[in-house]
Amino acid sequence: MTSRAISTKGLCRQFGAVHALEDLTLEIPRGIIFGFLGPNGSGKTTTIRLLLGLLDPTSGSAEVLGYDTRTNAAAIRERSGVLLEHCGLYERLTAEDNLDLFGRFWRIAPAARRARTRELLTNLELWDRRDQIVAGWSRGMKQKLAIARALLHRPELVFLDEPTAGLDPVAAVALRDHLSRLSASEGVTIFLTTHNLAEAERLCALVGVVSNGQLLAVAPPAQLGARRGGTRIEITGSGLTDPMLAMLNALGGVTAARADGRCLIVDLRAVADVPSVVAALVSAGFQIESVQNGSGSLEDVFHALVEAQP
Amino acid sequence: MTDAVAVARKEWLELLGTPGWQGKQGIILFVLAFGVVLPLMNGPTWITSPTIAITWSWVPMFLVATVISDAFAGERERHTLETLLATRLSDSAILFGKIGAAIAYSGAVTAVSLILGVVTVNLAHRQDGLVLYSLGVVTLICLLGLLGALLVAAIGVLISLRSATVRQAQQTLSGAIVVLAAGPILLVRFLPAGWQHRLASSGLSGEQVALLGMTLLVAIDAGALTMVRARFRRGRLIAV
Repeated sequence: MTSRAISTKGLCRQFGAVHALEDLTLEIPRGIIFGFLGPNGSGKTTTIRLLLGLLDPTSGSAEVLGYDTRTNAAAIRERSGVLLEHCGLYERLTAEDNLDLFGRFWRIAPAARRARTRELLTNLELWDRRDQIVAGWSRGMKQKLAIARALLHRPELVFLDEPTAGLDPVAAVALRDHLSRLSASEGVTIFLTTHNLAEAERLCALVGVVSNGQLLAVAPPAQLGARRGGTRIEITGSGLTDPMLAMLNALGGVTAARADGRCLIVDLRAVADVPSVVAALVSAGFQIESVQNGSGSLEDVFHALVEAQP
Repeated sequence: MTDAVAVARKEWLELLGTPGWQGKQGIILFVLAFGVVLPLMNGPTWITSPTIAITWSWVPMFLVATVISDAFAGERERHTLETLLATRLSDSAILFGKIGAAIAYSGAVTAVSLILGVVTVNLAHRQDGLVLYSLGVVTLICLLGLLGALLVAAIGVLISLRSATVRQAQQTLSGAIVVLAAGPILLVRFLPAGWQHRLASSGLSGEQVALLGMTLLVAIDAGALTMVRARFRRGRLIAV
């Protein structure tokens, strides 16, 4: 058994003149949660379709769970669970019927099917609603049911396209915990796309940033944050005015400065520039309470990478 | 086979499994019309007429036409198609599960209507003995009905595979059925006079014509199903 869940080499997909995905080379180890970040239309869904063998690549190759997507797509789908862009539930049926159908598709024995259905619906707090027609449910509830369906057959790999979209904060936290537990305890590899950068930062061991069909970076979130370059400091205090902010932005050594509530976030070219910034603020009348090292968030890195793209 | 049955079961559940009357009114009206109203109006000739087999053999085709448009276009419209294609199910299981479900549905509704028709006629027009369809008529209805339904199912799937909506699929299929129904009649009508004369004087019996027609239908069905199988491509369905 290969140690990589997903491995792609120069994977490309064109739709007519449109390059949906270009030269994607990626390696994702087994048993981790991988976050695929990118704006709408950046190629995330196309990547999932290619990895599931639902689309053939224009060029390049991909192996998923050791199987080639061109020649062994059925074996990949057999071992994968999916929650795609649309939750894909049969809305005229009940929640239990939906899971029962998919249990039959995966040839799960009746007793095991019932037990697994109960376990998942209970975990996702849907058991009491199992007899309800799905059509009347909220988006969040449908999303949870679709996640239960994706996990039903205990897949080795799960593709989740925006899994927490539409969930309330409590449900989103519960789902994140569930995914973390699943990945840790059962060794399930999770490939998730998300717009929620904080979610990716919290959940993922490895993050890939894609834009306009091109992979811009792949790294653990912490390393990606450190890639931003330069130094960031967060200065908390009172008395900040717009002229002070303008003065800071004009100061040599400062690449960007912005206010975030009572906190002033300043990006510098080097650590050596910190004293001059503090001195300038004090002389302008800003009452400093604390100065801390600021870590570049994934969001900053994401925006920097996307904006830097030609 | 197990997978195709699972797909067919899903289709049936979607069609009939919802609580209440939704989706069932059409079937009930059909069964009442063909199982009660028409037999009451026609009396024993509803069962004993020599042309009854031809009438009934068309019924499964129309019943299949009412559901098959939904096979792929409906899944596409309801955004369930991609999830279905992302399962472990093979292309054949998905395809033949859907065709099987439509055929089974048309067969079941036809059978119920036929049986109810016999009950209605015998209750309303009490005679010395039971009035029943002859074995020949039942066989002809079953065979012609099945072959016709298979053909419509295959054409319906071909259309549904490429249609963006159920409405579009239904409209195209309606046109195809008109061509299918009127085509043979027009073909005979516009055959050169010599050919028409040769056909009329061929001396073929009714049974021989039926056998010839069914053999032709088997060949057309086989061709249509092969074409459906060849046209079913997961990638193409997603790209639509």
